[in-house]
Amino acid sequence: MSTPILELRNVRASYGSIEVLHGVNLTVGRGEVVALLGPNGAGKSTLIKVASGILRPSAGQLMIAGRDATGASANALARAGLCTIPEGRGIFPNLTVRENLLMATYSGHKLSDIEHSTYARFPRLAERRSQLAGTMSGGEQQMLSLARALATDPVILLLDELSMGLAPLIVSELYQQVAAIAAEGVSVLVVEQFARTVLGVADKAVVLAHGKVQAFGKASEIGEDVLASAYLGS
Amino acid sequence: MQELLTFTIIGLSTGAIYAVVASGLVVTYTTSGIFNLAHGATGMLAAFTYWQLRFDWDLPAPLALFITLFILCPLFGLLTERIVMRGLQGTTEVVRLSVTVALFAFMIGLANTVWPSDGSRQAFLKFFEGNTIHVGGINVSWHKVITFGCAIIVAIVLRLLLFRTRMGVAMRAVVDDRSLTELNGGRPNRVAMFAWALSAMLAGLAGILLAGEQQLNIEPLVLLVINAYAAAIIGGLKSLPRTFAGAAVLGLLDAYYLQFSDNSWFPQSFMGFGLSGIRASIPTIVLFVALLVRPQSRLRAGTVRFREENKIPSWKTAVLGAVSLIVVVVGISGMLTRSNTLFLLNGFTLAIVALSLVPLTGYAGQMSLAPLTFAGLGAVAMSKLPGDGNLLSLLAAITIVAIVGAAVALPAIRLSGIYLALSTAAFAVLVTKLIFNQRQTFMSGNISVPILDIPFIDINSPRGRLILSATAFSLLGLGVIAIRRSRLGRRLIALKDSPVAAATLGMNLTQTKLAAFAISAGIAACAGALAGDKVSPQQYDFTQSLPIVLLAVVGGVGTVGGALFGGLLLGGNAVLANAVPSLKNITKIMPGLTGITLGRNPSGATSQISEKFRPLLNRWGIISFSALGGVGIWALDASRIISHWAFFIGGVFWFLAVMPNLIAIVDGTSQRRWWASAIALTGLAVSLGVDWDQAVDSTGKRLLSLILLVAIFGVGTQRVAENAPRIHHSSPDLLGLDVALSPDELDNVERELGVTI
Ligand SMILES: Nc1ncnc2c1ncn2[C@@H]1O[C@H](COP(=O)(O)OP(=O)(O)O)[C@@H](O)[C@H]1O
Ligand SMILES: [Mg+2]
Repeated sequence: MSTPILELRNVRASYGSIEVLHGVNLTVGRGEVVALLGPNGAGKSTLIKVASGILRPSAGQLMIAGRDATGASANALARAGLCTIPEGRGIFPNLTVRENLLMATYSGHKLSDIEHSTYARFPRLAERRSQLAGTMSGGEQQMLSLARALATDPVILLLDELSMGLAPLIVSELYQQVAAIAAEGVSVLVVEQFARTVLGVADKAVVLAHGKVQAFGKASEIGEDVLASAYLGS
Repeated sequence: MQELLTFTIIGLSTGAIYAVVASGLVVTYTTSGIFNLAHGATGMLAAFTYWQLRFDWDLPAPLALFITLFILCPLFGLLTERIVMRGLQGTTEVVRLSVTVALFAFMIGLANTVWPSDGSRQAFLKFFEGNTIHVGGINVSWHKVITFGCAIIVAIVLRLLLFRTRMGVAMRAVVDDRSLTELNGGRPNRVAMFAWALSAMLAGLAGILLAGEQQLNIEPLVLLVINAYAAAIIGGLKSLPRTFAGAAVLGLLDAYYLQFSDNSWFPQSFMGFGLSGIRASIPTIVLFVALLVRPQSRLRAGTVRFREENKIPSWKTAVLGAVSLIVVVVGISGMLTRSNTLFLLNGFTLAIVALSLVPLTGYAGQMSLAPLTFAGLGAVAMSKLPGDGNLLSLLAAITIVAIVGAAVALPAIRLSGIYLALSTAAFAVLVTKLIFNQRQTFMSGNISVPILDIPFIDINSPRGRLILSATAFSLLGLGVIAIRRSRLGRRLIALKDSPVAAATLGMNLTQTKLAAFAISAGIAACAGALAGDKVSPQQYDFTQSLPIVLLAVVGGVGTVGGALFGGLLLGGNAVLANAVPSLKNITKIMPGLTGITLGRNPSGATSQISEKFRPLLNRWGIISFSALGGVGIWALDASRIISHWAFFIGGVFWFLAVMPNLIAIVDGTSQRRWWASAIALTGLAVSLGVDWDQAVDSTGKRLLSLILLVAIFGVGTQRVAENAPRIHHSSPDLLGLDVALSPDELDNVERELGVTI
């Protein structure tokens, strides 16, 4: 097997003196889509923070493309091709749509290219280019945050609860876009609390509960019983 | 008509300067959330630098301007961000504001040191001095035209920068969501450095333009720039266009007032009060009004965990501390020279003022920049009240000022954070300019506050007043601790920790805030009312309040000990400056320097020190031994076996180097404790044995020796003793958490808990 694009080795992470991740191992292979499942408070978002460089692990290693990236700053990782859409809305509410796209140019792409690709995929955003992003609907906001992932062709994409607070129809539309990104060969680590929305897109799934990996395997093999026991804590 | 035009032009050009200053404030506030009180001082420093290059070293104006504005100012901004401001994430607004106060104090000290004011300094010329152009029938200096042009250029450049460039957009993005900016690949630290550099340039530009109009003096330059705060507040600390409009209004108001107040029909007094201070107060009044009509700021939701932490002292600690403070002061007051007594007295007075900030700022998290103003009001009340200083008039003075404090807070009650702090600053400036300069308050500049008249005790000497003020501090300190331990105290803390949660639980925020302000004003009033001497309004000036606020925060504004530490440090600073003239310049910048380190230790210095003493508290044997040691050293002095200096140095050594290590020595289980004792005793012997008066010739060297002694022997003892294995005698509920229990200790715990496992 070739070196995984993203690998967490025995990662521990804590907020202050409270440890949230207690030694997590996880790999995302090249071109793979890995779903990270788990109940509320399991530590999924914390794991994404560690993987994106926002939170420094208290122990363990973060490997990216086989190289040790523990302690690298989030902005350096971002410019190296790691695209993260954090929990909540991954946009700047007080900047206009266009200015939000301008922020995406730190990836090294030209603003005109980013705008072009975004407006082609989401014509609704084109109409709203000078509107403050925070005043758009939740779905539009999430399109805008996905647009960054789509337009900057990242090496790895980390997604945290894309579906939060959105109507099911919009969620499935957004996941079609995720599938499109994955089809281009981008490795994706996607967090979802609701397993069914994502298992269709994913190759592999990891179930996290209480800061530990409880189950790991092909997406199709993660059965209801595994999920139920992880979610219900039995 | 022509006159009106003249004054309009004058007003607009003043407004232009305010606009440039205020926009710099807005730039840093929006990008880093820090309201930079030192912004004006930056401009002042830039003006002096420009003067140095241009008029003292005779560089051509464009070169001098380029070096100042495009090299030194940005560099200064970069360093400020990198060294001072970056460490402030996750601290409270109080700490952040205090750090800028520190910077302010530092820069004024620096300017005073580098450019001491003497009459011989060359004049600061306007740009193209003497040249004027003719506008609508009047002559306008080129300098004014240039000022005006600069403001317009700044407006345009800022607009383009913030909305058209990626750096500008990133500056706004950081405000929105810092970590998302990083996830996009932006570098928030760089963005912040850029913002601070830009802001310093704007301050510098304004300072240079202003110096051309006003000449080069530190105070007016700093304070005039403070006026620009009003413009920034009108702009909501956010909108640049509204900031510029506010600046123009301010400039025009000032100019028109100047014009109209010259007329004979203009009233010179109102109900017996002189109105001469009005003009200088216009910006402050505007600031006050702008603050009051500001839309309600949203309550901060959720609890925020700040990095500052303070423990509630137990009654045992509090009473022990109060009693030992009084005993120590009574003990040493006999051996002080008159001038040192007065300095220490001053230190305690300042400590009481700092104490007034503990319930308000430390507990309730409400920043006040006007503690001395209330002290001044207390002094005035005490001297005006009948009774010639008896206890009743003291109580009356405190009550009156407490009511004033609550009344002042009432309109400002919906404000919080920086806005509240600025409104207290505005109040302080207004009181100084409009009330303390009246015949009815300070007469011709001096009033004498009667000495407190306590039955059967005569305190009519500096020593008596010193003991009185130490006692007053102890009693007030106990009162503050009583408040902290009461229901009200918990409400104050709730106000700081989470206003939203407090409100949803049905707590009356307004009442709690008013109580905090009234208590604080009352305590500060004590400091003034107990002055017992002639006092002048300058003592209670707004700018004098700033170092107190600063040092209270440095000492640790959440604790009574912090207030004492802060007050004495400020007083001690004056002693040092007096005793060692060569250190005078350092003492000028000292308060600033200490404050700048706040970012590293936001709980203040005393909390760190007291952590060392905390374990002592449950050990009566060791406490008695410590006290005995202190008394012994005092007895050596009283019986003239050792000199006062040896007493002082030995006493401090005992307190700082021996006492904190006693537990480790007593509990040590190995040979090392004998070594530790030997080191401590050697240090003590040196401190007490050297004939300091003869062997060392200056106060400065003696103090330096003291520091070295404590550093070498204190740390030495600690290193040796700490590493020894030992039995922990601290309270059983702490054990086992950070230290693993040894079998000995398990036995010990079982004995203490009365259980057998
Ligand atoms: N900023 C934080 N400070 C302290 N604790 C946090 C913070 N963020 C999350 N936690 C705690 O860490 C645990 C895991 O949270 P999170 O990673 O957000 O879970 P998930 O995304 O799986 O719902 C939770 O118990 C949560 O309370
Ligand atoms: Mg989450």
